[in-house]
Amino acid sequence: MRFPVDLMARVDAAAGAYSDERHAYDVQGASFCYGKSPGRESRWVLSDVSVHVEAGEILGIVGPNGSGKTSLVKLLAKLAVPQRGTLSLFGQNLADLSREETARTVAFVPQESPPAFSFTVAETVLMGRYPHRRQSRWSLGFGWEDREDCAAAAQAMATMDIAQLASRAVTDLSGGERQRTMIARALAQMPRVLLLDEPTAFLDLQHQLEICSVLRRLTDEQGLTVVVVSHDLNLASQYCDRIVMLKEGSMYSMGTPAEVLSVEALRAVYGCEVLIDPHPESGLPRITLPRQAVPLRV
Amino acid sequence: MMPSAGHSTSPAPALASPPLPSTSLHTSPPMTGRERPFQGAVLTPARWCVIVGSLSVLALILAVVCLQLGTQYIGLGRLVGVLSSALFDQPTENEAIRTTSVILLQVRLPRVFLGFLVGVCLASVGVALQALLRNPLADPYVLGVSSGAALGVAVAVLFGIGTTILAYSLLPVCGFLGGLVALLVVYRMAATYDRLPIHSVLLAGVILNAIFSALIMFITSIMEPNRSFGMMAWLMGSLTAPAYPALAALSVYLLAGLVLLFKQMRVLNILALGEEPARSLGIDTERAKRVIFLVSALLTGAVVSVSGMIGFIGMIIPHAVRLVVGADHRLLLPASALVGGIFLMVADTMARTFFVPSEVPVGIITALAGGPFFVYLLVWRKDRLV
Repeated sequence: MRFPVDLMARVDAAAGAYSDERHAYDVQGASFCYGKSPGRESRWVLSDVSVHVEAGEILGIVGPNGSGKTSLVKLLAKLAVPQRGTLSLFGQNLADLSREETARTVAFVPQESPPAFSFTVAETVLMGRYPHRRQSRWSLGFGWEDREDCAAAAQAMATMDIAQLASRAVTDLSGGERQRTMIARALAQMPRVLLLDEPTAFLDLQHQLEICSVLRRLTDEQGLTVVVVSHDLNLASQYCDRIVMLKEGSMYSMGTPAEVLSVEALRAVYGCEVLIDPHPESGLPRITLPRQAVPLRV
Repeated sequence: MMPSAGHSTSPAPALASPPLPSTSLHTSPPMTGRERPFQGAVLTPARWCVIVGSLSVLALILAVVCLQLGTQYIGLGRLVGVLSSALFDQPTENEAIRTTSVILLQVRLPRVFLGFLVGVCLASVGVALQALLRNPLADPYVLGVSSGAALGVAVAVLFGIGTTILAYSLLPVCGFLGGLVALLVVYRMAATYDRLPIHSVLLAGVILNAIFSALIMFITSIMEPNRSFGMMAWLMGSLTAPAYPALAALSVYLLAGLVLLFKQMRVLNILALGEEPARSLGIDTERAKRVIFLVSALLTGAVVSVSGMIGFIGMIIPHAVRLVVGADHRLLLPASALVGGIFLMVADTMARTFFVPSEVPVGIITALAGGPFFVYLLVWRKDRLV
């Protein structure tokens, strides 16, 4: 029996769309709302978003509060499933991957939340090794970490500069130290993709720069793919290869910082006037707030 | 991989560098010596063995002391003699030894054993609920799970199941159902979006406790007076050991639950980070939650059906143990279980020896110890609770 020609062509096209290994993620027309379907109480948080993430790049997701940035990154982390549209991860449909398979490829650093228990920093980072554990029926919930796990955790801690905090309790850390611990936990997962939700929100200038340059180094030297949600347009401009700008749940624009960050775009998306000039070092757009808010006529 | 600039003086922990097959993301640093990485910062099997081993020995020693104490003091020599003659089935002619043997084997041994077992279960459930709700104040008693179980048992007793031959098999099941309903209601009431604010969980527990207590009071008040008296004594939390066959059945039931809970130790660690981080680490959180809820309700229900409402063990013990051994549930859960067993065993011995010839319900002692501790945590350690 032969398939009709047009059907075969469609199958080929579909396979082509999914098997591009250079794309870490391919998001096609994803719509998402909390709950089963949009109704009176819930609306589409994301509607018809199509984004691709290239392997080895830093992609920034920016947008005003409530524009769906966190929801988009949760879709990428498979913490939420879109009602419509498809997501593929390195050519494989994300919906077909098990949670553990996803966890071995994708690490997610959520927004800062206070820890409830006094785990040590080393214990917290070692938890990132959970997806790589050896399965055994008789381990009875112990699953002791082996040398490989310890090595991975130690490297992650060295990368994030928290090796000296190893035996401190996470409850006693400053916000910045805690955030670096969370990123180290994600790195201990040895992911190919790192998703971060507002990683620099609680950090001082030095640590903001440090985290950004560590992310840059990991992508440049080791081919890590990074997707980062950020409120800080300047950091996004300097460190991201490309930026996705969201507005009210749909994609406003996607491209290099110079393409995306324009006075007109920020006026349309954020509803305020800003000053943009080239950064003295990199020439990339630098966003400055005006001295007085200019009232907009909408 | 290099440490970040400006911090090159901070030593990376020594470690071995086996090949890392998963990805070639990181390059391993060279092997430096044979010391263990993260000395003192993580739990090691050696430390686990030392702590669990010494707690087990302590439990054994205190069990012997608890067997000795009571209205009649039994010397160590006689205790060993009676136990060994019972074990090897040697009948004795001596009247005094026969009396001692009855006291020891029919009264004290099952009671000490039951006290230990109930303490183990309550402390373990406390640990599991605290991790699951990310709330260091969670406890089956505070959350209303115990009173839910008690209501289940009270309803069963009201309809006369308590006096039938089915009592020991059905009462734990009724307790289980009551406890499960309570747990689900607390969770639903407290879960606003994905977060579980500590105080809303406690409030949910308070409200549930009030409702269930009222229903239990109602049931007690419409019973015949002689049965309602027994009901009141049971509700206050007292360890009256059942006969050996029933005790054995109960132990099997509880041990099965404990094994299921202990299989979740590493999962509990990660659930304590939060539900989203746990899911992003590949844990099926819905399944884990279901297992932990079911097992917690199972253990609480069974324990309440034999010992009534013994409060606060599930909160004090894990909290105190966590301060000493750290937060890793692979040690916290077994250590809390052992300490909980020891605590209740000793508290019950105090309850039956301090006011001889009468005895006080052990629930009063645990509540008197636990209430102030709860206040201490709320008032002086609140920085740790937010």
